[in-house]
Amino acid sequence: MSEWPLRLEKRPRPSALMRIAAPSIAVAAMLVTGFIAFALLGKNPLSALYIYFVAPVDSLYGIGELLLKATPLLLCALGLALGFTANVWNIGAEGQFTLGAITGGGVALFWGPALGPFALPAALLAGALGGMAWAAIPALLRTRFHTSEILVSLMLVYISQLLLAWLVRSPWRDPLGFNFPQSKVFDDNLSLPVLFAGARANIAFPIALCLAALSWFFSARTFAGYRMRVAGLAPAAAAYAGFGEKRNIWLALTLSGAMAGLAGICEVTGPIGRLQPSISPGYGFAAIIVAFVGRLHPAGIVLSSLLMSLLYLGGESVQLELQLPAAVTGLFQGTLLFYLLAADLFVGYRLRRRHRDSLAEADPSGTETVRPPA
Amino acid sequence: MTTASAYMSVEQMIPILVSTLVAATPLIYAALGELVVERSGVLNLGVEGMMLIGALAAFAVGVSSGTLLLGYLAAMAAAALLSLVFAFLTLTLQANQVATGLALTLFGIGLSAFVGRHFAGLPIHAMRPLVIPWLSELPGVGALFRLDLLVYGSIVLYLAVDWFLRRTRAGLLLRAVGESPTVAHSLGHPVIRIRYLAVMFGGATSGIAGAYLSTALTPMWVEGMSAGRGWIALALVVFATWKPLRVLLGAYLFGAVTVLQLYAQGFGLNVPSEMLSMLPYAATIVVLVIICRDPTTIRLNQPASLGKSFHPDA
Repeated sequence: MSEWPLRLEKRPRPSALMRIAAPSIAVAAMLVTGFIAFALLGKNPLSALYIYFVAPVDSLYGIGELLLKATPLLLCALGLALGFTANVWNIGAEGQFTLGAITGGGVALFWGPALGPFALPAALLAGALGGMAWAAIPALLRTRFHTSEILVSLMLVYISQLLLAWLVRSPWRDPLGFNFPQSKVFDDNLSLPVLFAGARANIAFPIALCLAALSWFFSARTFAGYRMRVAGLAPAAAAYAGFGEKRNIWLALTLSGAMAGLAGICEVTGPIGRLQPSISPGYGFAAIIVAFVGRLHPAGIVLSSLLMSLLYLGGESVQLELQLPAAVTGLFQGTLLFYLLAADLFVGYRLRRRHRDSLAEADPSGTETVRPPA
Repeated sequence: MTTASAYMSVEQMIPILVSTLVAATPLIYAALGELVVERSGVLNLGVEGMMLIGALAAFAVGVSSGTLLLGYLAAMAAAALLSLVFAFLTLTLQANQVATGLALTLFGIGLSAFVGRHFAGLPIHAMRPLVIPWLSELPGVGALFRLDLLVYGSIVLYLAVDWFLRRTRAGLLLRAVGESPTVAHSLGHPVIRIRYLAVMFGGATSGIAGAYLSTALTPMWVEGMSAGRGWIALALVVFATWKPLRVLLGAYLFGAVTVLQLYAQGFGLNVPSEMLSMLPYAATIVVLVIICRDPTTIRLNQPASLGKSFHPDA
C-alpha cells in the first residue's frame, strides 16, 4: 500500500474535547454541504439556508413547532441511547411508536368518555405499555433464542404499520368519516394541553424534559445504569463482574420501547387528534441520529432533538418557499450522521506526521516518497 | 370438495413457481452481495438504502436513455459509490459499522426520495423476457424459460459466488480476512483493500436488486419501494448461516411466502389484506428464531471478525 505522509495514531485515551466538538464539526460540515447543494440546485445559498434554518423559528408559533416536533424525537432518542450505551441496538423505535399510538389510541377511543378526567393519563400509560410490550418481543427473542434485536425490531416496524393501517381501515374506522381510513376524532378530555396560546406545542415537551433528567439520573447515578454503561464500554469486564447481559437487554429494550410508545400516544393525542394510517414522518428512525449526535447523553440529546426538529421544519419551509421536496430533510439528516461518524475518528485517533525513518522503512525499494513539507 | 380443486395441476403450479422465482430474485442479489461482505468481516446494514438508490438509478437512466442495460450499469455504479462512502467511514475512518450502516440506509432513503421526485409516475418499458429457444416451447414448464435476464443472472451469480468462495485463492483470502484480520495482515495480505472490494461488490449487487424492483417486478418508481427487502436480505444471510446455497433456498422460501400471500388475496380468502402483507416480515422473525435458537450454529458459522473494526497500525 502507498504510504501517506500523515498517519493515524491511536490516542492514549479518547479525547473528551473531541467527543463534544465532533457534533459541532459535523453540523458545520452539514451547513457547508447544504450551502454547496443549494447553490448547485440554482438557489441563492445564503437565502436558502436562511429559509431552512432561521425562518421557521422566527415567530412564537415557530418556536412552538420546534418544541412540538422535538418532543417525539427526544422521547425516542432518550430510550435508544440507553440501549446503544449498553450495545443493545433497538432500531425499531418507529414500530414501538406506532404501537403506543395504537394501544393508547384504543383506550382513548373506547374508554375515553367513561374515564373522564383520568382518560388522558390512562391513554398515555396504555401507550407507554404498548410500546414496551412491542419492544419486549425482540428482548424475549434475543435473550431466549439469540436472534438479532436489530432485525427483529425492524421487522416489527412494518408489522405495526400494517396493523395500524388495518385498524383504521376496518374495525376502528369512523363510521361518519366518508370512508376515509381514519378513526373518529378523540374527545376533548383526551387532547394534551398546549403550553402557550398561539402555538401547538403541548405539555409532552416538559414531560420529555423530565424524562431526560430521569434518564440521566438512571444512567449516571444508579447501579443498573452503571452496569449498562460497563456492558457497552467493556463487555468482557461486565461479564467478569457478573453483570448479566440478559438484564441489560430487557432493561434497554423495555425502557426504550416505553418511551417510544409514549411518544406515539403523545403524537396522536397532541397535534394529530385521531388515529390515521400515517402518524410519523420517520421520527423513530431520525431518533437514532438524534441519539448519536447527542453523544448518547441526555443533555446532548435535548439539544440534538431541537436541531433535528429544525431539520424537519426547514424541510417544510423550503418546500413552501423554494419548491424543493421535503425529502431534503432526509438528506440533511443522513449527511449529518455521516459527518459525525467521520468526525468521531478524532475522538480515538489523531493525525501525526510520519517520521523520516519510518518513511524510509516503509519504502525499502528506495524510490522517492513524497515527504511532508518541513 | 371435488378432486379437481383438491390438488393443483401442473398448469396451476407453474405460474406460482414463476412468480416465486421472480419475487426471490431481488433478495438473491442483495443477500449474496451482503454474504460476501459479511464473509470479509464487515456488517453493512445499508442494504435497504443501496437498493433504493439502485432502483432509482436504473429507472432514471432506463427512462432517459431508453436502454435498460445502461440503467443496470448506473444502478451498480450508484449503489457501489454509496457503499464506498460506507467503506471509507468504517474501514478507513474506523467508524462503528452498525451506526454507519444505519446512516447509509437513512441517507439512501432520503436521497432517492429527493432525486426521484421527477420520476414518480413515469412509465417505463419493463424488461423483455429472455426466451430460450426450444425449451420455452415445452408445454407447461416452458414458462420457466421465458423469464427476464436478471432471473437467470441471479442463479449465475449464486454459482459464481459459491465457486469464488470455495474454489479460488481470492475467495480463501477473503474468508481468512473475515475470520482473522490480524493474522491475514501479519501474513502480508491487504486486509483493508480486500474489505473495500467486498463492500463495493455488495453495493453493486444491492444496486441490481433495486434495479430489478423498479424495472421488472413493478416497473415504476415509488418512494421507499424496496419496502424492507434490504432488511429481509440481511436476515437471509443469517438464516443461510453464511452459506450461498442456503441464501438461494431461503430466498425462494421468502419468494413463495410473498406469492402465496398474493394468491390468497386473489382467492378471496377472508383475511384482511394487511394481515397477509405482514407474512413476509413475520416469516423473517420466525426463521431467525429457528436458526439462532442454538447459539453454536451461529458461533460456528458467523465470520469471527464480523462487525469489528480493524486498524493495521493499531
